Amino acid sequence: MREPKFLLENVSYIYEDGARALHDISLCIYPHKITAIFGPAGGGKSTLLRLLNRLNDLVPGRHLEGRVLLDGEDIYAPGVDVHALRRRVGMVFATPVPLPMSIRRNLTYGPELAGVRDRARLDELVERSLRAAALWDEVKDRLDEPASALSGGQQQRLCLARTLALEPEVILLDEPTSGLDPISTAKVEASLQELKRRYTIVIVPHSVQQAARVADHAVFMLQGELVEEGPGELLFTRPHDQRTEDYITGRFG
Amino acid sequence: MAGHTRTQRTFSEYLIERLIQTTGILVILFLALIFLFLLREGGATFFEVSLRDLLQTRWYPNEEYFGILPLVLGSLLVTLGAAAISLPLGLLTAVFIAEVAPRWMREVLKPLIEVLAGIPSVVLGFLGMVVVSPLVREYLGAPTGLTALSGSLMLGYMALPTIVSVAEDALDAVPKSYRDAALALGATHWQTIWRMTVPAARSGILTAVMLGVGRAIGETMAVMMVTGNAARMPLTLNSLLMPVRTMTATIAAEMGEVAQGSTHYHVLFAIGLVLFLVTFIINLVAAWAIFRQGRRYGRLLS
Amino acid sequence: MSRQLRQQLGFTLLGLATTIVVLPILLLVGYILVQGASAISWEFITAMPREGMRAGGIWPALVGTVLLTLGTAIFAVPVGIAVAIYLAEYAHDTSLTRLIRLAIINLAGVPSVVYGLFGLGLFVIFLRLGTSILAGSLTLAIMTLPVIISTAEEALRAVPQSFRIVSLSLGATQWQTVRRVVLPQALPGILTGVILGLERAAGETAPILFTVAAFFLPRLPRSIFDQTMALPYHLFVISTQVPGMPLRIQYGTALVLLAFVLSMNALATVIRSHFRRRRQW
Repeated sequence: MREPKFLLENVSYIYEDGARALHDISLCIYPHKITAIFGPAGGGKSTLLRLLNRLNDLVPGRHLEGRVLLDGEDIYAPGVDVHALRRRVGMVFATPVPLPMSIRRNLTYGPELAGVRDRARLDELVERSLRAAALWDEVKDRLDEPASALSGGQQQRLCLARTLALEPEVILLDEPTSGLDPISTAKVEASLQELKRRYTIVIVPHSVQQAARVADHAVFMLQGELVEEGPGELLFTRPHDQRTEDYITGRFG
Repeated sequence: MAGHTRTQRTFSEYLIERLIQTTGILVILFLALIFLFLLREGGATFFEVSLRDLLQTRWYPNEEYFGILPLVLGSLLVTLGAAAISLPLGLLTAVFIAEVAPRWMREVLKPLIEVLAGIPSVVLGFLGMVVVSPLVREYLGAPTGLTALSGSLMLGYMALPTIVSVAEDALDAVPKSYRDAALALGATHWQTIWRMTVPAARSGILTAVMLGVGRAIGETMAVMMVTGNAARMPLTLNSLLMPVRTMTATIAAEMGEVAQGSTHYHVLFAIGLVLFLVTFIINLVAAWAIFRQGRRYGRLLS
Repeated sequence: MSRQLRQQLGFTLLGLATTIVVLPILLLVGYILVQGASAISWEFITAMPREGMRAGGIWPALVGTVLLTLGTAIFAVPVGIAVAIYLAEYAHDTSLTRLIRLAIINLAGVPSVVYGLFGLGLFVIFLRLGTSILAGSLTLAIMTLPVIISTAEEALRAVPQSFRIVSLSLGATQWQTVRRVVLPQALPGILTGVILGLERAAGETAPILFTVAAFFLPRLPRSIFDQTMALPYHLFVISTQVPGMPLRIQYGTALVLLAFVLSMNALATVIRSHFRRRRQW
C-alpha cells in the first residue's frame, strides 16, 4: 500500500460553546484517489474538510485534539506556514464565488501571491488550468471580462481552475455541484476523473448518488462520528454498518 | 514549485497590521485627550472661583461675576424648546417615510433630509437672522426677533435629520413578520404602526431621541446668531420670547477675547467640560440602546 | 368605518408633519439661491475683500476653506480608514473593541465648540502650533473621524464574507486579502463616507474659531503655520460683526458656502449610486 497523503489520528474538534463537531476520527486519505465523505447534513463533513487546509482557523475559540498529518508532517504544529499549506491543499466551495475581477486575474490571483511574476508562466498556468477544468474553449476569447459574467456552471469550473492554478497536491471539494444543473454536474465529475491522476481529491458530494458515482474510497459520517469507510464499490453495495445501509437506501437523511 | 515557497510575509506587511491595530486605540486616546485638555485648561476654575460663585445667577465676566446658571438654564430652555419641536415632527416623519410613503417618495425624501444635515450651521444661523427672527418679531410680538424661541426653532430643525434617519432605520429593522401578524389579526395599517411597529422599534427610537437632543445641546453657531445672547435667567414662560445665552454661544463668543490663563479663560474651559460631560452621558445612553439591540451603528453617526 | 376614517386622518397627519419638515428645506435653499445669485460674479469669487469686507470678494476665505478641507483629509482619511479596517477585518468582539466603538460614538457627539476648545488647548497652546492651518486641520480631522470610520466600516462589512474565505483558501494572507479583494470592493463606499465627513468639516465654524480662523486677512496664507480666513467664519463675521454690511454680499457668501458643501454631498450621492449599479455582487 502507498503512503497516505493525509493521515488523521484521533481527531476531535470542539467549538467554543462546547459542541463537539468531530469525535475521535482516524482516517487515511490516499493520493490519486477520490475520497468521498458523505452523510446527512450536520454530520461534520465540511468541518472535516476545512481541517485539512486549516480554513477552520478563522473560527474563533475552536479546539482541536489529535493530529492531522500531511505527508507525515503535522499541519497544526507551531511554525507551519498556513498560507503555503493552503496552496498545497486547494479548495472549491459549494457556491461558486468568483473574485470580483477578470477571469484571468481570478486564475493568477493565487500564483501571483505565491511569487510567480513571469508573464509567460502565468499565461501558461491560466491556459493549462482552464483546459483541465474543461472551460478553456468557452472563455479563451474573453479572459479579461469580469468573472461574474459567467454562468453558474462556468463559474464553478472557473473556481476549480483557480484552485488548479495553484498547482496544489490535494484538492478539497465541498459540495461543488450543489447549485449546478445535471449537464454542468456531469462536466465537473468528468474533470475529477481526469484530475485524480495528478492530484489527491477529497470531495463532499451533494448526494449519495454522486458519492457512489465518483468515490474510489467512501467515508460515511454521522453526527460527528466516522461510521464506516471502505472502497466505493464495496461500501455502496455491501455496507457493514446498519446505519450506513439505512442512509444509502434512503431510510433517513 | 509555487506551492512550496514559504509565504512572503514581509516586514512591511507586519508593520502595517500593527499600525492598523494601534489606530483603533488612538480613537480612545483622542476622547481621553479631549477630556484631559478640558480639565487641564478648565480645572483651575475650581481653585479660582468658589462653587458658590459659579452657581450664581449673574454672568458678567468683566467684573468677575462668573455665575453660570443663566447659561446652563439658557441651554436647557433652548434645547427643551428644540426637543418639543423636533421630537414629534421627527418621529412622525420617520413613521411616514418608513411605513406609509411609497417607494419613490422615500427615494426623494431621504436625500432631501440628508441635504438638511449637510447645510452648515452658520448658513442656518444666517437664515435664522434674516428670515426667522423677523417673523418671530412680527407675529409673536417679541421686542426683538433674536429670542430663545428662534434658537429652539433653528435647533429643532437641525436635530431633525438625526432623529428622522435613526428612527427610520429602527422602524425599518422591525421584521415584516411582526406587521403581517398584526394585520392578519384584523388590525388596520394605522393600528399596526402604533401598536406593533413603533413599540418594537422603541430602543432605536430612544437612540434617535438621545442623539437628536445631544446634537441640539452642542450646537453653537446657529444658536449664537439667533438667540440674542443676553445672559439673563430665563425663569418665566415668556422667556421664550426674550433673548437668552447658551453655554456653547458663551464659549464661542468670548474665547476669542480673553487672555490665556485668566480666570475668565479657565471658566470658559470649565463650561466646555460641563458640555462635554453632559453630551458624554447622553451618548452613553444612546450607545447603550444601540449595543442592546446589537445593531450596526453606522448610520447613526453620519 | 370609523377605523378607516381614523387611519385616513392619521396618514394625513403624518404627511403633514413630513411636509413641515421638508418644505422649509426647499424654501431655504431656494431662497439663498435666489437672493445670492445676484452677488455671484467672477470678481466676487476671485477678488480680495476690500473696504472692511464691505466690497470686493471672498477669495481668501474660499481658498482657506479648501486648504482646511484638504488638511483635514490628509490627517483624517488614513487614520479613519485604518480604524475601519481594524474594526471590520481584524477586531474580535472583545471589551477593547467595544470600548473603541463607544469612544467613536462619543467622539461623534462631542459639541463642535468643545472640539474648538480642545484644539486650542492641545494643538495651539500645548504643541505650540499657534493659530494655524495645521492646528485647525488637526482639530477638524479628529472631529471628522467618527463619520469616516463608521461609513468606511460599513462599506467594508458590506463586502461578502465569501470573498475573504476564497482569498484565504488561495493562500493569501489576511492583509493581502484586505488589500487586494476587500478594499477595492469597499472603495466607493469608503469614498462616499470620506466626502460626507469632509463636507461637514468644510462647513464647520466653531472648531476653527480659536484654532485657525482669521477675522480679516486679505492675502493668501503662505504656509501651514499661517492663519487663514475661511468661508463659514467669514459668513459669521459679515453677518454679525460688521455693521453696515451689504446684504447682497452676505447672501452671496452663504450661497458659495452652501454650493461648496452641497456639491460635495451630491458627489457622494453620485458615487454611491454609480457603483451600486456597477458592482458584481
